[in-house]
Amino acid sequence: MTFAIDATHDTENLTMTVVAQLDATPERVWQLWADPRQLERWWGPPTYPATFTQHDLVVGSTTAYHMTSPEGDTVPGWWVITAVDEPRSLELRDGFAEGDGTPDETMPITSMRMTLEPAEGGTRMTLVSHFDSLEGMEKLIAMGMKEGMTLAMGQIEAILAN
Amino acid sequence: MVVEKLTQDEIDRIFHALADATRRDIVQRVIRAEQSVSTLADRYEMSFAAVQKHVAVLERASLVHKARRGREQIVSGDIGTIQRAEQLLRSYEDIWKQRFRRMNALLAEDGPATDLPAPASSTDAPSKGTDT
Repeated sequence: MTFAIDATHDTENLTMTVVAQLDATPERVWQLWADPRQLERWWGPPTYPATFTQHDLVVGSTTAYHMTSPEGDTVPGWWVITAVDEPRSLELRDGFAEGDGTPDETMPITSMRMTLEPAEGGTRMTLVSHFDSLEGMEKLIAMGMKEGMTLAMGQIEAILAN
Repeated sequence: MVVEKLTQDEIDRIFHALADATRRDIVQRVIRAEQSVSTLADRYEMSFAAVQKHVAVLERASLVHKARRGREQIVSGDIGTIQRAEQLLRSYEDIWKQRFRRMNALLAEDGPATDLPAPASSTDAPSKGTDT
């Protein structure tokens, strides 16, 4: 069994779906989300690492994290956990925060639903992201989606150059 | 091949133009077949002037072109710009693809999946390889 990723998006409904086949049990994959030390090893790219200062997968709980740019600037973010069914599904809302960690209401919010299913001796992870509005996406583009600053903008440039 | 880049201003205009349901609907219609502004205006519960304004916003974003033909103003879609907007969305997918690749690399540090004992609970799962 090999690692595989598939992605689709629905421009009209501002929804993006990414599916990956991972070589581990759903319980093990769940830990990638539940353990803040493991989470920060994959959430941000090495050039834009994430630090989770508060994180507990309990409905209603708020996660606090920040991303650190190559220049050392930090961009604070938050999650609110909206549904937890370990190790099957997780739902959360992801947004930007003010310097003191309180949610920045003027910034776009992304809703995410993550599901894990045993498949092919490993786990199929499906991630559905939904943007509140195209204006929100527009802002995220301007912000480079926090961590994506270097990554995404570089990719956009490469795509547009084609 | 002609290299044609969108500037940040152009990207902003495209996303602003597509942030409205009527404008998205207009784009979808004129991609399929060019239409006159008056035909478009008949389809919406708004004034001819309002539809004309929407078309002007789309035109500024280069999503559509407008040409005068006799008494009619004909609107057609610009496939190239629409494809570029599509590609912007795709770059967000790439962020998640990168994340999945990092997850996969992290899981690979555990060794073969078959050797993995199931974690007893969510709090004392194996944390092997997470402190590097």
